[in-house]
Amino acid sequence: MEHVHHVEHPDMYDEESSKIGMWLFIFTELLLFGGLFIVYSVYRFMNPDAFHLAGEELNRFIGSLNTVILLISSMTIAMATTALRKGDRKLAIALVAISFVIGFVFLVNKYFEWGVKFSHGIWPGSEHMLNEMSQGEILFFGLYFVMTGLHALHIIIGMIIMIFAIKGLANGKITVNRPSLLDNAGLYWHLVDLIWIFLFPLFYLIH
Amino acid sequence: MQTTNAVNGANYLTYQGRYKGLFGWIFSTDHKRIGLLYLYSIATMFAMGVMLGLAMKFELLAPGKTIMDAQTYNATFTVHGVIMIFMVVVPGLPAVFGNILMPIMIGAKDVAFPKLNLLSWWLYVLGVVLVLAALFFGPGSPDTGWTFYAPYSFKTGTNMLPAIFGAFVLGFSSILTGLNFLVTIHRLRCPGMKWTKLPLFVWTLYGTAWIQLLATPVVGITLVLVALERVFGVGIFDPALGGDPILYQHLFWIYSHPAVYIMILPAMGAISEIIPTFSQKHIFGYKAIIASTMAIAFVGYLVWGHHMYTAGMSGTAQYYFSLLTFIVAIPSAIKVFNWISTMYKGSINIQTPFYWAISFIFVFMIGGLSGLVLGSLATDVYVHDTAFVVAHFHYIVFGGTGFAFFAAMHYWFPKIFGRMYDKTWANVGWLIFFIGFMALYTPMFYLGMMGMPRRYYDYLEEFHGGNILSTFGSWVLATGLLIIVVNLIRSARTGAPADANPWHSKTLEWTVPSPPPVLNFDKEPVIGENEGPYNYD
Amino acid sequence: MSEEKHQHIVPYRVYFIILIALLILTFSSIGITSIELGEYTVAAALIFAVIKSFLVLTFFMHLKYDKPYIRVMVGFVFAIFLVVIVITFLDYLYRT
Repeated sequence: MEHVHHVEHPDMYDEESSKIGMWLFIFTELLLFGGLFIVYSVYRFMNPDAFHLAGEELNRFIGSLNTVILLISSMTIAMATTALRKGDRKLAIALVAISFVIGFVFLVNKYFEWGVKFSHGIWPGSEHMLNEMSQGEILFFGLYFVMTGLHALHIIIGMIIMIFAIKGLANGKITVNRPSLLDNAGLYWHLVDLIWIFLFPLFYLIH
Repeated sequence: MQTTNAVNGANYLTYQGRYKGLFGWIFSTDHKRIGLLYLYSIATMFAMGVMLGLAMKFELLAPGKTIMDAQTYNATFTVHGVIMIFMVVVPGLPAVFGNILMPIMIGAKDVAFPKLNLLSWWLYVLGVVLVLAALFFGPGSPDTGWTFYAPYSFKTGTNMLPAIFGAFVLGFSSILTGLNFLVTIHRLRCPGMKWTKLPLFVWTLYGTAWIQLLATPVVGITLVLVALERVFGVGIFDPALGGDPILYQHLFWIYSHPAVYIMILPAMGAISEIIPTFSQKHIFGYKAIIASTMAIAFVGYLVWGHHMYTAGMSGTAQYYFSLLTFIVAIPSAIKVFNWISTMYKGSINIQTPFYWAISFIFVFMIGGLSGLVLGSLATDVYVHDTAFVVAHFHYIVFGGTGFAFFAAMHYWFPKIFGRMYDKTWANVGWLIFFIGFMALYTPMFYLGMMGMPRRYYDYLEEFHGGNILSTFGSWVLATGLLIIVVNLIRSARTGAPADANPWHSKTLEWTVPSPPPVLNFDKEPVIGENEGPYNYD
Repeated sequence: MSEEKHQHIVPYRVYFIILIALLILTFSSIGITSIELGEYTVAAALIFAVIKSFLVLTFFMHLKYDKPYIRVMVGFVFAIFLVVIVITFLDYLYRT
């Protein structure tokens, strides 16, 4: 009777299905952040000067640095998919690991950035915010924390997926014929990069 | 005659795999079992929602306090709405009939991601538990209405966070189902099953899946923002901090309007299978129905502001939304025309699903036409937030999705359970239900036009007569519902065995035994070169 | 099935060149927003962001090498999002 449980769980794997499935999930993430971009654009339109003023408070150097390293990490994970197909499994693992480390550095930078804000008394609902800031500035920082916070959460998720990808590469589950775990980890990471490509100018480049 | 199948003679109901008993169901990745899990959970939540509705109607039997005070009434209509919308009609047809039947209808063994499918159901259960937790633990049941409007939703002292979180989880369940169905329909059609040969029910599930996928995240993030507002006071919808409550409404309805198309498209798809079957004639205008399905799915994204005419939007926005709302009504009307044209010169096989289908057309038309009153700016201002709106959406949603659900339930019953329901009791149940439905909701149109507000537990004496009729209607409807449900449950256990195709229908699920075997087909179907849909030999 | 993926392996240098392009665009966007452009600052920054995202989508995310229907879906999703934002602004732009 042992073969019986295979009947109920047939192997439905199909590379293209896996790829489209990941893209469809990416669409949901795009729209999730899209809702926040709608909020941003409305409040920016209604409070142009306050947004300018508040934008000055952000550290453009750290923001730019984070942008650059995230782009590099996108390249490295894309290269990993090539490495897999060329049979260079070790290189693939190394490349994903680099992306992972860069993700970690990104989070560290974010930690310091937020830390500086907190030390200046700037966080949602803080006394300083409510007493000293105009409504437009309050909205700017509310959006800043929510959007970069949600983005950071997605960096963490992307890093976790990368761990699974490295495991799959190491134990041979990911192959040229079954590359989806790696490919989809890459797609997810590129999504995280895409979101930041828009977050960066909207928060750091207005002054 | 029960079925035979390669796997030791078992069909999907009786098959025993790795897990035994209950675990064999709640850990099953078989789309048919998952569909039934959804049926039982959704039916349970529907029963709860009905009780809450009956309680509301009882309160409204007389002016003043009848059985509950204002706060309790607010909580009751809130939970009634949350249950009915998020736990019954949005998952409804796709999760039950889409799951059980769609893979068979396209000639597949299962959906593209069976484990994800199971996860979708578990998320549904988790969402339900979270929302119910909001009622029974903490500072009291949410009282904001199912629409959770800001600023009240972040100011109210009631137990919002579990409810918000539950709604978010339910949304995620919906997204994953949509994702699964999209990939399944794209990739798992059997050889020869081209897009232009797909059954209409599958087409509507496809359009619905896109809406589930693309619209739900927007309400997801909106709910997250409300939760953050409650916990951290971010200010995004708080006017005191510069936020705009109308923006909340925009974001909320950007999902919730397309959501009503999630509710109605599969309903229309089921009707599009049932009417041709019982008219014993091909559907009139197959391509027109596909085109109107996709048109509804797309244009449905563009009309959300018609829920907000009195909220404070610009005049430009009001005009624009009104215009688009009239446009989106057109494809629905095209479908009604096609259904009726199908019946013309057909040979009607008058059965329970057909009664449900024609009464669907009747109540859906009333709901739709009342929608034009609401879609038109000048008249909406007068009836917004009155009982008229309540009548409209119950006609459309309960009359539309609800009637279609019962139609589908009776149509596919023999396939799902391998038994036939008792036809006499089914028809009696339908008739009593239908009469109750009309008595319950028709007065609300009149009451609304006379000025009775919605979401109030009290009303002026002049509205008393209409409310009495409406409440009596609710009791008649409940009686009909009871008859229908008891009949279905008994018939599932001890009804007469049904064979593969009792209705002589043309779609692929009727070519396999009733109930279907575990992997649906002994041999993958290959569709011949015959042109057009529903020619599968 | 996606035969082309197996036959066509994207060379490492393609990814590298795209990275260089992305970095150039990044520094350009930082530069251009230092100039006082008033209300066009947002537009300028967004144009660079759009070009960058197009490169990420086309090359890193492989859309150039995949079957066309995936590109169609991506385009459609962005289109719907844009339409929704535009309609929302029909309210905010024209409030008195």
